[in-house]
Amino acid sequence: MKEIQFEIDGNQVTATEGMTLLETAQSAGIFIPTLCHHEKLEPFGACRLCIVEVEANGRTKLVVSCVYLSEENIIVRTRSEKIDRIRKTIIELLMAHAPDSPKLQDLAKEYGADKDRYEKEASFCIHCGLCVRYCAEVTKKNAIGFVDRGIHKEISFIPEIAAKECNDCKECFPLCPTSYLQAAFVLTEALAFPATSKSESKE
Amino acid sequence: MEIDRVDQIIDKHHGEASSLLQILLDIQSENNWLPREVLGRVSEKLDVPLNQIQHIATFYKAFSLVPKGRHQVHICVGTACHVRGATRILDTVEDAIGIKPGETDLDLKFSLETVNCLGCCALGPVVEVNGKVHGKMSPVKTSEVLKIYE
Ligand code: SF4
Ligand code: FES
Ligand code: FES
Repeated sequence: MKEIQFEIDGNQVTATEGMTLLETAQSAGIFIPTLCHHEKLEPFGACRLCIVEVEANGRTKLVVSCVYLSEENIIVRTRSEKIDRIRKTIIELLMAHAPDSPKLQDLAKEYGADKDRYEKEASFCIHCGLCVRYCAEVTKKNAIGFVDRGIHKEISFIPEIAAKECNDCKECFPLCPTSYLQAAFVLTEALAFPATSKSESKE
Repeated sequence: MEIDRVDQIIDKHHGEASSLLQILLDIQSENNWLPREVLGRVSEKLDVPLNQIQHIATFYKAFSLVPKGRHQVHICVGTACHVRGATRILDTVEDAIGIKPGETDLDLKFSLETVNCLGCCALGPVVEVNGKVHGKMSPVKTSEVLKIYE
């Protein structure tokens, strides 16, 4: 496979064709913050936190590193005043939804984000899609999905499938950056299949 | 809706997963809404997971997951209709059938929606019932129009 050489934060790096900027950076030990990325899952590009600057032919543009493919001779900057400012705003927006997420709190500290900058709309889920995608791509159970769109978008368990599969799996639980997933599961369980979970806990 | 009929529609599209949207549209237009068992059947026959079908069925406004009334009332609240008094028309309809936009009355007679411009602003305020446009509406005329529908 073709090798691609370029620069990230002043370091010369090598990627094979088809590798994203994020993967290349990670393989070279360069850290880029992410929220919706997971190595076992297809790139999704939902959170935009992994945004970086790419300079090519004298022009600079902003790209999302987890979906942008490596290119020959580009210069990538993973931190700059502009990038930091954008990440700070993204974190502040997400914190309007999930102010108590430890993951967001750590990021807020790093980027000086103010969790109270935007009015709270405590919906908790930040639509990273990790749970939905993990259930579809890795465990292939499809017990959870997104419903609706835009500001009304939510995650939703399929009760029939969740009742059968989730109690023995729960692999997606640790992935959720906000714990909303666990809450949604408990709610689904209480509404749709309380008996199964009770017999479970007695065993 | 009969499961046999659902199967017929699916067969008409050769049971292909790529025809999912068309199949859902056909069911929606015949049955007025998409019951859960029907979605389950579609999922089974096309081998598309239910969570994906649910995502699509909730994404597009053309689909409804709850029963719809026999008559679809669309009130235009676009800019032109708004300045010509669409709010009063909407109030009249809400009072007359006792439901808000997005709802269906208990007798399954009317479903009410608002829309943003039907493309005939000169006729505003516009009310559309079952695809038929009623223009230059006033609260009184609106009540008259609703009475036509049984
Ligand atoms: S519930 Fe958690 S893991 Fe799932 S999309 Fe929302 S934030 Fe992400
Ligand atoms: S990690 Fe790249 S957009 Fe979320
Ligand atoms: S605004 Fe009502 S038809 Fe255009």
